[in-house]
Amino acid sequence: MPRTSKRKAAPPASVKSSDLHSVRPGKGATKEVDRIDRLFNSYANQSLGLIDPEGVEKLCSDVGVDHTDVRILMLAWKLKAEKQGYFSKDEWRTGLKALKADNLDKLKKAFPALETEVMTPPNFQDFYAYAFKYCLTEEKQKCVDIETICELLHLVLGSQFRAQVDSIIEYLKFQSEYRMLNMDQWVNFYRFCHEISFPDLKNYDADLAWPLILDSFVEWLKEKQS
Amino acid sequence: MAAKSFTVEEGWEYVKNNGITKLIRILEGLPEPSFSPAEYMMLYTTIYNMCFQKRTHVYSNDNSKEAYEKYKKAFDEYIPMVYLEVSGNAIDIVITLINKEREGQQIDQGLLKNVLDFFIEIGSVYKKCYEMDFEAHMLQDTGDYYSRKSSKWIMEDSCPDYMLKASVEECLKRERDRVSHYMHPSTEKKLVEKVQHELLVVKSKQLLEKECSGFCALLRERKAEDLSRMYRLYKETPQGLEIIASIFNKHITGEGTALVKEAEYAATNQAASKVVVQEQVLFRKITELHDKYVADVNDLFLNHHLFHKALKEAFEIFCNKAVAGSSSAELLAKFCDNILHKGGSEKLSDEVIEETLEKVVKLLAYIHDKDLFAEFYRKKLAHRLLFDRSANEDHEKTILSMLKQQCGGQFTSKMEGMVTDITLAREYQTKFAEYFHSNSNATPGIDFSVTVLTSGFWPTYKSFNLSLPTEMAKCVQVFKEFYDSETKHRRLTWIYSLGTCSINGKFETKTIELIVSTYQAAALLLFNSSDRLSYSEIETHLNLTDDDLVRLLHSLSCAKYKILIKEPNTKTISPTDNFEFNYKFTDRMRRIKIPVAPLDERKKVIEVVDKDRRSTIDAAIVRIMKSRKVLGFQQLVMECVEQLSNMFKPDIKLIKKRIEDLITRDYLERDEENPSMFRYLA
Repeated sequence: MPRTSKRKAAPPASVKSSDLHSVRPGKGATKEVDRIDRLFNSYANQSLGLIDPEGVEKLCSDVGVDHTDVRILMLAWKLKAEKQGYFSKDEWRTGLKALKADNLDKLKKAFPALETEVMTPPNFQDFYAYAFKYCLTEEKQKCVDIETICELLHLVLGSQFRAQVDSIIEYLKFQSEYRMLNMDQWVNFYRFCHEISFPDLKNYDADLAWPLILDSFVEWLKEKQS
Repeated sequence: MAAKSFTVEEGWEYVKNNGITKLIRILEGLPEPSFSPAEYMMLYTTIYNMCFQKRTHVYSNDNSKEAYEKYKKAFDEYIPMVYLEVSGNAIDIVITLINKEREGQQIDQGLLKNVLDFFIEIGSVYKKCYEMDFEAHMLQDTGDYYSRKSSKWIMEDSCPDYMLKASVEECLKRERDRVSHYMHPSTEKKLVEKVQHELLVVKSKQLLEKECSGFCALLRERKAEDLSRMYRLYKETPQGLEIIASIFNKHITGEGTALVKEAEYAATNQAASKVVVQEQVLFRKITELHDKYVADVNDLFLNHHLFHKALKEAFEIFCNKAVAGSSSAELLAKFCDNILHKGGSEKLSDEVIEETLEKVVKLLAYIHDKDLFAEFYRKKLAHRLLFDRSANEDHEKTILSMLKQQCGGQFTSKMEGMVTDITLAREYQTKFAEYFHSNSNATPGIDFSVTVLTSGFWPTYKSFNLSLPTEMAKCVQVFKEFYDSETKHRRLTWIYSLGTCSINGKFETKTIELIVSTYQAAALLLFNSSDRLSYSEIETHLNLTDDDLVRLLHSLSCAKYKILIKEPNTKTISPTDNFEFNYKFTDRMRRIKIPVAPLDERKKVIEVVDKDRRSTIDAAIVRIMKSRKVLGFQQLVMECVEQLSNMFKPDIKLIKKRIEDLITRDYLERDEENPSMFRYLA
């Protein structure tokens, strides 16, 4: 039985396969966009036109990942989400298309690959910086409070650099000079974990351009160790 | 003699057989009769003819070239053999003779000269046999000789003696003579170097650090001649002056640090009542030290830059040490205050005072925290000017011009402004007096004068909304009207904490004039309407902070002069106290000054300076980055320190903190590729 009734539009008289691709998405692709949109709508706050924190929580429980899990942050990174706790339609579309996930099941299955992708070198730096930016909720906000920094460090670096992260977090909670940290300091935590031998700290040189907070951390740690 | 025509070969055969071979036999001591004159003639003629063969009517000396070559060949064959056999022994003998001469024996200098000339001659053909065979051995041996000698002398002689007697200067002289007598001039430099090396360089540590006669001892005992000699000798050796300058530096640092420790000890061991003015003593001693060693650098060390540097660095070390919690900057400011304060140095002549001020300013050059000094100085200057405690206006101006010359106009601009303000203020005072004399209804009712200050020049004073007694309020009002009529767009902020007041206390026995601060006067006047007031009542009436109120009430009720009776009669003020006017108070004087315990301004001054430093460093960093666009961290730190060097020495932590702040404020960013580079964000 011809499926003319299911056709969306009449195909042009003569058509080359290349034309098809450039003129409009193929049938399969269109369906994909539809499904992605439908998925979006199932979580979105209709009046806002966005998936809001409530929607995100529901999504999390549906995919079986806790909303405080680092994988959700990775998802946000993949979606290039601008506002913490929200996904816009465009972000959702671009992200899920890149993940090749047009339904919940595929989305669930996309996480391992996503994790691997994030952990690969140039991506990780980008993800790491993104994690900080994601916390800048106010307009013109440049710094993030220490509490959040500690949580973030744990979330983002904890698996790779357990010892350093635990130590740094202990120090951040102990010191009182800084209540907020800027992006430059944040970025340098990763550099520190990556470059400095731990826990002997042998190759750390405070006369170099390390941010002051790391100099103080190293001082504190060395005193503790002696 | 007929010119026989013969070939060069034939001629050479004759020469060889009858000349060279014969000569060799003679030289080797074989029985061979010496040349007869006839034999000489034959040889000579043969050679001549050999060279000047007539050919085709033209005399040519083409053959001479061949002849020379043959001669050279003979030479080449024979001489090296001789040389190799003989030279080794010859050199040993020469060296032995040299050493004998060193020990004082007479030797045949002429013979040595001939032998060594021979080496030199050969050396011109046979590659440096003079340098390599003779000279090298001789230098080696000389080194050993002097090494032995110097070890012996260093044990026996004192440092000055070592340098002088039969030692360094003498030895060098003799070696130079030796060279001129029988060695090649080129040897002199190497020989002198060698001797110096053994006598001065190798033994430098032992020589200079000799307990009782080494460099430090000579300095202590002011042995100018010996020190000059040492300078002269070591100047010629490589790094010699660096070594001495380093000992000089350590010596000065040691002496200076000892003075500081002395002052520290004196300060912490004095009973509280007897406060030794330690900074007076300390700085006098430091300036003496400075004068002494600056003179040494000029006279003994001929103004050499290494010694200037050594002195500077030494002073920078101990001039920045704190004494009993006070920074050197503060102490120096106190020292200046003592000189410029009334009753401080009236007995000294103007010249002496100016000299002292000059020396003080010179010492400031060694102090890192110049901005801290400036702030303390300014605070004390303000006190002197406002309470008329300045001994001599000219001296005040003199030191300011000295400071300006040394540290630049920006350093002294505020201070100069303060001095000018006082002059201007006096003018206004005169005008004001005229104003209310001519304006009967504008009279303030009491004798009253105002000092108007330009706020930017003076240290910051907190102004409180002290509730003034009516009498005073009227004065303020009158002055305000006057001032507004004289000027436009000026706003007056009243600093009552700096005012003085003279009020009459009508006590039972007699009336006594009390010289008090405005705050104290305001408090006392309250008792005109009530005999007894509680702490909180006074607080409400006056509207002062607790700190100020406590200090003020303490001065009136718990100190030397108890104008008020406090209940309970404890030594400290508490908010539950009650106060009564002390009718029974009396004193033998008719007029007494009731001081208020001074605030410890040190903390505040340090706070102000720290705050200023933050913005100064920010400005410097932005300036540098704006012009360089991209700069490495260490370079940035270096330039920052350099730019700020005449105000203070910023430590690297502070600079890092400021960079951090500037990053947050989007002035700078760190380069992504190279994290030790920073970029200016326009």
